[in-house]
Amino acid sequence: MTTQNRSVIIIGGGPAGLAAAAALRQQGVEDILILEREHDLGGILRQCIHDGFGLTRFKEALSGPEYAARFVDTVQQAGIEVMTDITVTELHADRTVVATARSGRYVFKAQAVILAMGCRERTRGAIQIPGSRPAGVYTAGIAQAYMNLKNIMIGRSAVILGSGDIGLIMARRLTLEGASVKGVFEIQPYPSGLPRNITQCLDDYDIPLFLSHTVTAIHGTKRLTGVTVSQVDSSFRPIPDTEKEWTCDTLILSVGLIPENELSKMAGVLLDPRTKGPRVDEHYQTSVAGIFAAGNVLHVHDLVDFVSLEAERLAESVGDYLKQAPADEEAVPVEADPELAYTVPQLVRADRDLTVSCRVRRPLNRVRISIWQNDQKHVTRRFRRAIPAEMIHLTVPKEKLVPGEPLKVVVEHE
Amino acid sequence: MMNKQTALQKRYDVLIIGSGVVGSALARELSRYQLNVAVLEKELDVCTETSGRNSGVIHAGFNNKPGSLMAKFCVEGCLGYDVVADELDIPFSRTGKLVVGFDDEDRKKLQALKEAGEQNGVPGLEIVESDVIRDKAPAILGEMALYSPMTGITNPFLYTVALAENAVQNGVSLWLNHEVTAIEQVDDGYQVQTTQGVFESRWVINCAGLFADRVARMVGIDDYTIYPCRGEYLVLDKELGSQLPLPAYPVPNIREGGLGIHLTPTTDGNILVGPSTDYIDEHTDYGTTRSILDLLMREGRKIFPPLNPSAVIRTFAGVRPKLVSRTTGGYADFVIEHRPETRHFINMVGLESPGLTAAVPIARNVISIIGEYEDLRENPSFNPCREGILSFKDQTPERQESLIHENPDYGVVVCRCEGITQAEILAAIRNPLGVTTLSGIKNRSRAMMGRCQGGYCQIRIAELIMAEQNRSEESVMLARKGSRTFVGKVRPS
Repeated sequence: MTTQNRSVIIIGGGPAGLAAAAALRQQGVEDILILEREHDLGGILRQCIHDGFGLTRFKEALSGPEYAARFVDTVQQAGIEVMTDITVTELHADRTVVATARSGRYVFKAQAVILAMGCRERTRGAIQIPGSRPAGVYTAGIAQAYMNLKNIMIGRSAVILGSGDIGLIMARRLTLEGASVKGVFEIQPYPSGLPRNITQCLDDYDIPLFLSHTVTAIHGTKRLTGVTVSQVDSSFRPIPDTEKEWTCDTLILSVGLIPENELSKMAGVLLDPRTKGPRVDEHYQTSVAGIFAAGNVLHVHDLVDFVSLEAERLAESVGDYLKQAPADEEAVPVEADPELAYTVPQLVRADRDLTVSCRVRRPLNRVRISIWQNDQKHVTRRFRRAIPAEMIHLTVPKEKLVPGEPLKVVVEHE
Repeated sequence: MMNKQTALQKRYDVLIIGSGVVGSALARELSRYQLNVAVLEKELDVCTETSGRNSGVIHAGFNNKPGSLMAKFCVEGCLGYDVVADELDIPFSRTGKLVVGFDDEDRKKLQALKEAGEQNGVPGLEIVESDVIRDKAPAILGEMALYSPMTGITNPFLYTVALAENAVQNGVSLWLNHEVTAIEQVDDGYQVQTTQGVFESRWVINCAGLFADRVARMVGIDDYTIYPCRGEYLVLDKELGSQLPLPAYPVPNIREGGLGIHLTPTTDGNILVGPSTDYIDEHTDYGTTRSILDLLMREGRKIFPPLNPSAVIRTFAGVRPKLVSRTTGGYADFVIEHRPETRHFINMVGLESPGLTAAVPIARNVISIIGEYEDLRENPSFNPCREGILSFKDQTPERQESLIHENPDYGVVVCRCEGITQAEILAAIRNPLGVTTLSGIKNRSRAMMGRCQGGYCQIRIAELIMAEQNRSEESVMLARKGSRTFVGKVRPS
């Protein structure tokens, strides 16, 4: 087995990988290889047949496949090398990438590796819903893949647990295909999906949304026959005597997404317990030199547009990295306000323009979110309402930043 | 496949009811002789009940009352397991086991266990102190422990599958989806009615586990009642697996009828926490409950502090077929009997733990009973060896390369979490028992068992099942009869 040397290997041909590849080529990087485990490029967008993609990046509403096609076309026209139907099985800290395909086992050595593997769904096991184990319990993404990619109908009457965006989209999708969707139950006191999806997927179809509710038991030994739903208190504990039985043959789980970090861990990349993705600096470089990450593998995004933009920013840094060893400004932490769930990046070197992405932990009204360094406020954004479902972005030009001084992202109530 | 046989061929020398671990071990042991043997199984796969839902521990035999059948067969089964595992190509590791205690009271109980074990003939038992516990399993808490070097772990599902496959390879017929509804004694044996036709046999062996009392009643033996006693489990991510090299148990409270909530590594590198002990009403109520799952977490942490909710990837339950009720408590011995009034009907009831360990000795005991009446002649073509599915990810890079070259399906990773290739999935789908449920494929191949629980691969596996067997969407079953996974197509294609 011979080792192939490459400038850049991109693991994953979804929105992050495609955008990174296209942007790298634009910078003149010749030797790029995308490795994609599916037969087709596009990642999760392939199954997102609804519209609403591209409003930020392209200023128009596209379906998932249309959005992906823009990047796939660019990648193909640029002649960027792509291998599909190939699975990366190993990633090492020295940027050795091992992959298998029908044509054999491949070993690559790259100057830079870009992690663009996306995310996976939390499962029933992960949230430990008690009860029996009948057929008919699906995560929202699997349900979507069966229906939209495989033309397979999964059920006739559904209850949806969790108000994540894919769950909301599937509430509408199932309704459009003739299934009855009894309701969406969310354990938090606020929805976890985007407001526009609540309106367009639930309200428009008279599907009720029950906040502070969760499924406390699953019934049926063969096919699902129903679920028990309870109201929960402020610590998410079911409130006794609020149980209600709902008859359904399908339970859809939309209870969160987690970055796909098997390969990152294998390479020794340090993870952030808050995002569950790699810790990166503003170059999107992980703790392992030459391994970069962007998109949902880094932190779960609300809109694909921001995935593309993030991957394009990553590409700028990877391009610089290939040209010269990075200047070793010491990386200092970005401190997140306790009201924030996390920030990306988690570290800064202050040697390029900075974009900080973050999310609030709970809905907040009338707040200012600012980036401070020492006593200097670099940027402030005001929000009438900030919600966990929506990512917040703040940018600071390089000139304002002082190397070696930690940054603070501060939330102030007005 | 067996299903193609006609009704005329449904006459056997020995008919086994139930394909749990005991029924399957008996089928395999009987296939050593020139006998026409069949197994009737009500479900769509073997070991869907107690045999496939337990800790997977091969017990050394110190928990059982000296002089009992449980003690005798458990010790025999444990000592003989290396040979069986080797012949059947299944995972087995003699990890040893720690039963940990914290105070003087515990020490006395551990000493009593050690003495009982020694009476039973268990080799190598010793009481060790905390330094030895730390040495063997640094993450396990305990002031002292009973250390049993002979205890091991196996994969209970693969063990039963392998026994059944080897039996079938040696000529036994397995009739899945055939539930026994009535048994009638006739001149030269029994007529057995099932949901799919009538069978005749000179011998009938009751290996019906949770339903053994009902099967016994069909021939008029009505003095047994099975009390279903559920045990719930947590399955932990492999990330914690390296911290538990061997099973760790608390000092058992025998009265409860279980061995206490313990931690067991699986042969795949996960950890099981459980089981609880709850008498229930329904024999196959495998539901898990919030209160017990929380209890498992609390109890497990007492001896294994790294346990935490985020490590849980799945929960499940098993049910013990106990012969003692909640009020009696404890254990009754295995019942293995051949009554004069039900000649040629061997009745086995109450085969709960340590039934997995004891299955082969139990089977040999049954054959010795049959041997008193039959001239058992050896089957000259019996082959004790069965081959499992080759694990691609465990091969050297060179071997992987040549495997892909020989069969490109090895190059297609279907289950990302467990690294299972399409060649392995297809081998599982083409299993010798003709099982086609998603759970059957999962348990044979490990696909869908990882932390994403089939998020990536279930679709591909469902498609492979449909393509391989030319099945419609509606006929793909999750596990049990009627567990339809899909309701049809979204649009006519």
